[in-house]
Parts: sequence; C-alpha cells; structure tokens
Amino acid sequence: MATAVAAPTRGSGQSAASKKTWWSVANLVVLLYALIPVLWILSLSFKTADTVTDGNFIPRSWTFENYAQVFQIDLFTSALINSIGIAIISTVLAVVIGTMAAYAIARLDFPGKKLLVGVSLLIAMFPQISLVTPLFNIERAIGLFDTWPGLILPYITFALPLSIYTLSAFFREIPWELEKAAQMDGATPLQAFRSVIVPLAAPGVFTTAILVFIFCWNDFLFAVSLTSTSRSQTATVAISQFTGASQFAEPTGSIAAAAVLLTIPIIIFVLFFQRRIVAGLTSGAVKG
Amino acid sequence: MSIDSGARPTVPEQGRPAPSHRTGKPALSEGKKAERKLGLLLCAPAAIIMVLVTGYPIVYAVWLSLQRYDLRFPAEQEFAGLANYAAVLTSSYWWSAFFVTVIITVISVAIEFVLGLALALIMHRTIVARGLTRTVVLIPYGIVTVVAAFSWQFAWTPDKGYLAALLPEGAAPLTDQVSALAIIILAEVWKTTPFMALLLMAGLALVPDDLLKAAQVDGAGPWQRLTKIILPMMKPAILVALLFRTLDAFRVFDNIYILTQGSNGTGSVSMLGYDNLFKAFNLGIGSAISVLIFIAVALIAFLFIKIFGAAAPGSDEGKR
Repeated sequence: MATAVAAPTRGSGQSAASKKTWWSVANLVVLLYALIPVLWILSLSFKTADTVTDGNFIPRSWTFENYAQVFQIDLFTSALINSIGIAIISTVLAVVIGTMAAYAIARLDFPGKKLLVGVSLLIAMFPQISLVTPLFNIERAIGLFDTWPGLILPYITFALPLSIYTLSAFFREIPWELEKAAQMDGATPLQAFRSVIVPLAAPGVFTTAILVFIFCWNDFLFAVSLTSTSRSQTATVAISQFTGASQFAEPTGSIAAAAVLLTIPIIIFVLFFQRRIVAGLTSGAVKG
Repeated sequence: MSIDSGARPTVPEQGRPAPSHRTGKPALSEGKKAERKLGLLLCAPAAIIMVLVTGYPIVYAVWLSLQRYDLRFPAEQEFAGLANYAAVLTSSYWWSAFFVTVIITVISVAIEFVLGLALALIMHRTIVARGLTRTVVLIPYGIVTVVAAFSWQFAWTPDKGYLAALLPEGAAPLTDQVSALAIIILAEVWKTTPFMALLLMAGLALVPDDLLKAAQVDGAGPWQRLTKIILPMMKPAILVALLFRTLDAFRVFDNIYILTQGSNGTGSVSMLGYDNLFKAFNLGIGSAISVLIFIAVALIAFLFIKIFGAAAPGSDEGKR
C-alpha cells in the first residue's frame, strides 16, 4: 500500500486494488468526520430519561419512548407538513428565478447587470435580525402573517443571492460553443439546448437546489417570527416549543429524536439530487 | 465516448471572445437590443422579489439607527443623527465582540476552505461508495443548527457528554474563553464545511478530465495539477464559496447563543445586536449595530471581489 500512495496512477493490476484501499480509507475518514457528532445525537434520542445525562456515547439502555413522544405532540406532525411544503415550493421557485437571472448575468449584455449583482449581495449581507421586525409589521398589515406565502417570500428572497452567485459562477464556465457546434451538426436549437447545455448545467442547478432546500428547512429566525399557529409553523419552531415529560424535565431526548426525524428528509433530498449531479456530468461527457 | 471527449478542450479556445466585446457603443444593432430586452426580462422576477421583500425593512432599519428609540421609554423618541453610532463605536463591548467575531471568522473560514477542498476532491474523485460519501458529507449541514449546537454543548458539559469525559477531571471547557472559542469554531467548522465542499465540488465538475490527463502525461505531479490547473479553473466557485461563508461566519449567532450565551468573552457582534434589539429593547442602538455589521461585511465582500477581480459574477473581463 505504501508504494501505491507514492505513485498513485502509474502501473496497473496490483495498484488498482491498492488504489481502492486508499480511497476506502479516505472515505472512511470522511464518514467518521461527518457522522460521529450525528451518532451522538442519535444516541441521545435512544437514551432513556434517567440515562440521558450519563455521558456514555453508546446508550446503556435503549428506548423508542422519545420518538413516540414526538409524534404525540399534535403540533409536530402539522409542522412537518408545513416544513416540507414550504421548503419544496421555495426551493423550486428560488432555483427557477435564480437560474433565469444567472443565465442573463453570465451570458447576456444588458444595463443594470452590475446593479443587480450588487443589490443581491447587499441583501445577503444585511443582518437578518434587524429585518425581522419590519417584515413582521408588513406581513401583519397585508395579511401574509402566519401563512405559507408569508414564509415562502422571505425564503426565496434570502436564497436568491446565493442562487444567483452560484449559478452564474457555474454558467460562465460552461462551454456554450458546444451548443452552436451541435446546431451545425443538424440539431434543432431545442435539441441542442436539451442534449448539450442542460446536462452540463445540471450539476450547478442541483447543487444550488440542495443548498437552498437546506437553508429553508433549517431556518428558525423567520419561522419563529412570522408564524404563530399550526397553519404555517415549521418543524424547527415546533422543536423549540418542546417541553419535557414533566414540567421540570429537560426535553433532551425528544429534541434529539425530533432532530433525527428532521434530518431524514434532507438525506432523501440529497440522495435524490446527488445522483442527478453524477448523471449530469457523465451524460454531458458522453454527448459533448 | 473516447472519440468525443478528445474534442472538448479545444472548442472553448476558439469561441471564447464574448459577443459583448464586438459591438461598439453608438448604434445598437437589432440583436443587441433583443439581448438587452431578454436580459432585463430574465432578471426582472429576481429583482422585483428581492426589492419588494427587503426594500422597506432595510430602509426602516437604517432610519431606526438614526433615532433615539428605546422601547422602554417610547415617549423620548427623537432624531439623534449619528449619536447611536458614536455610542457603539466608543463602547468596549462592541470592540471586544468585534475581535471575537474576527477571530472566529478568520480561523473557521481558513480551516473550512482547506478541509472543504479536501472533502470536495474526495467526493469528486473517489471510486468506492461515491453516492454514500456525497450524501453523508452533507448531513452535518442538513442538521438543524440549533440542535447541532445543543448536542455539542451537551457533549462538552462535564458529567453529561462523551467529549468532556475525555478531558482531565474538573475541566469545564465551555467556561474558559479560549477553549470556549475553540469549541464554537469546531461547531462552526463541522457544520459548514459541507457547504464549502459542495460548492467547490460543483466547481471541480467543470475541470475537464482530459486536461488533467494531458498535464499528467506532460509530467505534472498531483500538487502541480492542483495549483496550476484545478484551482485556477475553479476560481469563480472558490470566490462564491469563500464569500458566502465569510459573510455568514461574520454574523455567527446560533452556535454561540446555545453554547455559551456569549459569556466569558465569547459574544459576537450579532449577539450584541440581538441583545440590544430583543433584550434591552433599545431599537436605536440595536439597529446601529446591525448597520455597522452590514458595513463590516460589505467591506469584506468588497475586498474579496477586488482580490478575485474578474472571477466575480457580472464582470465582463473574466470570460477567458
């Protein structure tokens, strides 16, 4: 193995196997880095109330009590539905609107381009804590307070700067000339766009989608200030309102259980989209 | 596959000159006009939403920062000019919070960049369990920040957590400034490195494999390939990743709020703003702090864009 590390890609046969070992070790390190703190939360969620503070990494006695408790809270189920709906709608809209703007910024020449880039950065920079109170006042006045659009609009707004920056940085590196080449080879503009540009752009678009979804899913500040009932309260707010089994018990176990439950949709979402990232790249290489 | 991939690197060089450079100022051709119209049309939805939602709140916050406005004494509201700013800038609370924030930002972003690049390279190149690795790496970023911070706090609390158990008897790492800052940085780095890694990986995806193979054939080692080919080609992605992470890191709030509540000299500027707005109800001072944070962050962004120059979005010169 030591020799393979020194000369990674020369030779064949024996070094292919050791290359695999090398990558396995690297992957393992990465997995441990990402997972140890997560396993700690998982472990807290399975601990019984009297062992939750014992400091053991692996629970000494296991229980599903915490998970059962989470679902007994009426608010949590509705909050989960609100979270999923609001996050998906916001992600789709932010990515579509962001893609349009980023395409224009990366490829077209028009007045006000610099202004748009500057303003969107300005919005990304302003401390959100000072924007919450005026937003609350506006939403109360126009009846958006405690509704889905009342959260979706701010989410799109604060996701847009990142979307525009990521996507335009990505779009300008795409070899757009390939599109023309495909058209010269007899493809219609739509065909050229679909089979050449879309696969090349897909990794950037899906990367942005993942980041925007996580931003909306994890937001606490806007959700806690712009909602008040089960109509639109999201899961992060619901967690913050957990109380223990008794009035004096800390709800550590159920908070951990809720956090684990809240992470599952993220894993599904990422699993789904990271496949697209890979698919986008390979199909681009084949057809390009 | 092998036939086509050979043609890729040569195409960009021929067609690169951007169409914007060809036409002079005076007369706009038909195509040019259409291009302008399309550009404005495509940007309109984004611009309208952003201005509608944030226009009034931002103006209102700036206006508040110029008022003497304390919710405990609402009758005394009056225009105060820059008095709030003077009060903040001469306060030792602001400057100690400022330095704490700078330390957290610089150290965590530096570690995140190195670690994020390593993660991105592994996620991009690995030949075993690629899907699993890419998914698992993102889990830290996906976990609700407040809960993650809470779990770190639990882990470092003596008698309650597995990490505190590794320390010598009697150590309480969250109550000492240096070790508490280290824990805050650890929590930040762990949580947001995946963000960096994902953005960098999207940049890596655009570096053509053929180019790397060609360089390898010409005798470039792994380090040379990284610094001479991969990093320069990823410049736009690196700019976005560093810029947005720095902006975020400078406004660090959740982790500190849960881990130390800002005690023992660990409060950031955002904590200070929050305390003034929502605990002391001094809207004037709190808003002035917000505007100062904004100015500090704007300076950082300006520096980044100057350093990266043409790689910044919207600049025409960068189209190689």
